[in-house]
This record gives sequence, C-alpha cells and structure tokens, in this order.
Amino acid sequence: MSNVVRNAEYEAPRLDRPWTEANPGGVVKEPGNSVTYITGTWRTMRPVRDTEQCTQCLICWIMCPDAAIIVEDGKVVAFDYDHCKGCGICADQCPVNVRTPHSLTGQMGKVIQMVPETESHGE
Amino acid sequence: MIESKYMPLDGATSVAQAMRQIDPDVVAAYPITPQTEVVQNFSQYVADGLVHTEFVPVESEHAAMSACIGASAAGARVMTATSANGLALMWEMLYIASGMRLPIVLSVVNRALSSPLNIHCDHSDSMGARDSGWLQLYAETGQEAYDNTIQAIRIAENPGLRVPVMSCQDGFITGHGVERVGLLPDDAVRAFIGSYDPPITLLDVEHPVTMGAWDFTDYYFEHKRQQTEAINNAMPTIEAVRAEYAELSGRPQPTLDMYGMDDADYVIVVLSSTAGTSRAVARELNAKGKKVGVLKPRVFRPFPAKQIVGALQGRKAVAVLDRAISFGAHQGMGPLFGDITSALYNEGVNGLQIVDYIYGLGGRDTIPAHIESVYADLEKINAAGDGGRKVRYLGLREP
Repeated sequence: MSNVVRNAEYEAPRLDRPWTEANPGGVVKEPGNSVTYITGTWRTMRPVRDTEQCTQCLICWIMCPDAAIIVEDGKVVAFDYDHCKGCGICADQCPVNVRTPHSLTGQMGKVIQMVPETESHGE
Repeated sequence: MIESKYMPLDGATSVAQAMRQIDPDVVAAYPITPQTEVVQNFSQYVADGLVHTEFVPVESEHAAMSACIGASAAGARVMTATSANGLALMWEMLYIASGMRLPIVLSVVNRALSSPLNIHCDHSDSMGARDSGWLQLYAETGQEAYDNTIQAIRIAENPGLRVPVMSCQDGFITGHGVERVGLLPDDAVRAFIGSYDPPITLLDVEHPVTMGAWDFTDYYFEHKRQQTEAINNAMPTIEAVRAEYAELSGRPQPTLDMYGMDDADYVIVVLSSTAGTSRAVARELNAKGKKVGVLKPRVFRPFPAKQIVGALQGRKAVAVLDRAISFGAHQGMGPLFGDITSALYNEGVNGLQIVDYIYGLGGRDTIPAHIESVYADLEKINAAGDGGRKVRYLGLREP
C-alpha cells in the first residue's frame, strides 16, 4: 500500500456496531468520510509507473475517476492504492511511450502499465 | 372538542381541503383519475394564495415522488397524491422515500391497475405497495379520508418513526361521492399538526450531511433492520395520534372499527367503503336476530395483527373481503386474507372457519344482496363444519 495521507479527522467505517447504532436512513453525518472507505481491495489489476521516463504531463491525474493519483508540488508522486480500483484509465490515457523497457515491468509500451494484482513489481 | 363545520364534499375534495389546512411546504404531483380532484383543487388553492405551498407540476409520478423526496430531504413538509398506474410509476421512489426515512404523506385514491384498462376502484394499486415501507391507512368515507390525512402528518413526522404514510380511499365511490364531511377550523388543524422540525436536513449548512448514499453489503442490512423495527413499533404512536385527534374532533378514530362485534357469530372483515354496505346489511340482520358483525381495519400497515386476532377469536365463521388479488398466492387469495390467516397461525389460533371473498375488482358494484349472501354462506360453512374452497368471488358472473 502506498503512503497515502488520510483525512485523520474521521475514523474508518466501523463494522463492529449493531444495527441499533446505525444512522437511520443511511444518513452520512461526516462530510468527506468516503476517504476512509478502502476501495483498493476491489482491484485485480494495478497501475505501475516508470518514474524516470514519466514526463509529468498530469493527464493521468486529470483522467483518474477516483482521485487516486497523488500529486505533490505539481508532480505525480504515487498512486493511492487504498482507493485505486484498477480501472486502467490512467494506463489507457497515458500519452507517453517508454524509449527503454519499463523500469518495473520490463516491457515496452506506456509509462503507466497495468499488472496483475498478484504480481510484485517492486513498486 | 372543537366543532367541525359540516358541508357536502366529495372524498377527493375533502383531502384537498385537509391539504389546504395543513399548508405543506411542497406538493409535487401529477394528475390521474380518480385522484385528479385532489391535485386540481389544491392547485387552485395555491393559485388563490390560500396556502404558502411550492407547487411543482411535474412530468410524471416518478418525477412527483422524486421531487417530494428531494424536498423532504431538504427539510420541507411534503405531500402528494396519486392513483393506480401513477402509484405504479412511483414504485422505485416509494422504496427510496421509506428507506431514507422521509415522512412524506401520499393520498391514494384507489383505482384498479391496468391491464385491461380500468379507472374504477379496487385496491390492487396500494396493496401492491404494502411491502414498500410505507404505513397505510384506509378510509371508508370522505370524512375518514379527511381525518386520516391530517393524522398522517403527525404519524409520519413522529421523531421516533419518520416513516412515509399512504392515506387511501376508494376511487369514485368515496373519491367522487359527495357526503356530509366535517372540517375542523384551519387553526385547529394547524395547532394539531404543529410545525415540522426535522432533526436532519440537507439545507442545514451548519451540519452538512449526505443522504441516499451508497450503502454496501456492510450496512444496508442494518439500515433495513432499523426500518422494520420502526414500523413494527409504530402502533402506539399511531394510536396516540388517533386518540388525540378523536378528542379534538369528537369523531372516534379506532384502529379497528367494529360493528355488532360484541356478540357476533359471523363476521365480515373489509377495508374502506364496502364496510358501509356491510354495516347496513348487518344492521338489518341484527334486527332480525342474527348475530353478525363487521370489522373494518383503518390501519393496514403496520398490520394490527394482535387486535384483529383478538377480535376474530372464538367466532363461528369469518369472511374476509379483499378488493385485490395477490396473484400466485395460495389459491389466489387476497392480501388482507393472507395477512389475517398468517396472524391467526402466528398467534396460535387454530380451527377458525375463515374464507376469502375477492370482490369489487375494477369498480364492480358490491350491493347489499352480495353481503347478505356472504353472511348466509358463513352460516352454511359453520353448519357444515367445512369451509370448502377458501377463496371465493363475490359479484362475479360464474359459469
């Protein structure tokens, strides 16, 4: 899992509470608490990025539907694997082809590539 | 007690008058026969400045209920009205309103569901919605429709409940039938319903919330358990509101309306307007020395199971009149019969002779001779000790 800065104000959804303590009607009283809801476990394919050959065009950051591209000081620094569902849009939209084999997959192709969740690529 | 002013009104206009007195914040509705007069009259009150309501003339009943849900979530007191296919078009949103625990009040003027196309009364529309998480009140007369509408506001908005309420009356029979209806003074109605102060609203910017959000495998079940708990425990709230209203209006508001039930051997259980016909027949038979009675539930959801079982226990024979078919249920029984027989079993009452009569579908008249035939059948059933076929048909052309 990546080093994601969580919204420390809220705790993750509690699964040890009985039905009597749920909010009637499913009202969510803590704004923005979806950040505590870990959807990264849904992923079967994981995006990996060649950090050396990345041009920092930020198109992946623009296109990601889950705000799971972490940008600091105007540069992509990591994927938020707690919330990336592995949809592959970043890899599909990445406009940059590597000139040498991808640093993590060893394959030619895009700077961002999808790999099976079961495989480790040292990222 | 406060004196009502009595005037000749049809049932639909009685409800429109109740809505005028309630003066809801938002009404979003679409016209459909035989509900039309509810919305038509109410929109006139809006146009005449008699209410402060934001009236939303939507493009469909799905949109009507959707707008009601949005307004209710925003914190408004919200009402609407529909019939038959309009109610069917609301279906998806009915469950969303109840699941979000929004206290919307819906006036249903009961009408047969197509197909074949029919605009007249039966209960196939609202009976289909009996599992939608809405409370259901049924009215015999325009007066009861008026009274139920006002009570529905208080019941729905009760902080311990927060459940939407469907207030039903029979299309045309009471909806278009002009009767003597007593209206409470406007200020008495407004004092009775009080102001609406929702605990959580979308427009409370100091306490921002999300409503109607994704509820996954880990919480949906708990929310449904809460919902059924609220409805299971609704009866004391309903009865308290009915008692308070009875005291205010001087009109009794029993959950079970009983006629001749002190010593009745033969009982008809029936909802809405046909209870009147049944009572008239029972009165004549009582005068001839027959021990017959009529039991009319005014509340169907939550189902007053214990009260009904208590009232039927020990009778010689009982006929349930159902103005809808629960297609595919055992022998094609009606929903009221299904609930009553289930309640008898679950309360440990065995051996009661009880049969179901499907009647009045598509507005078929149910006349006193039909009711007399039911009481005569019940005597025969008791004498023979065998109910024979459980589900029968009243007023149907048999081969």
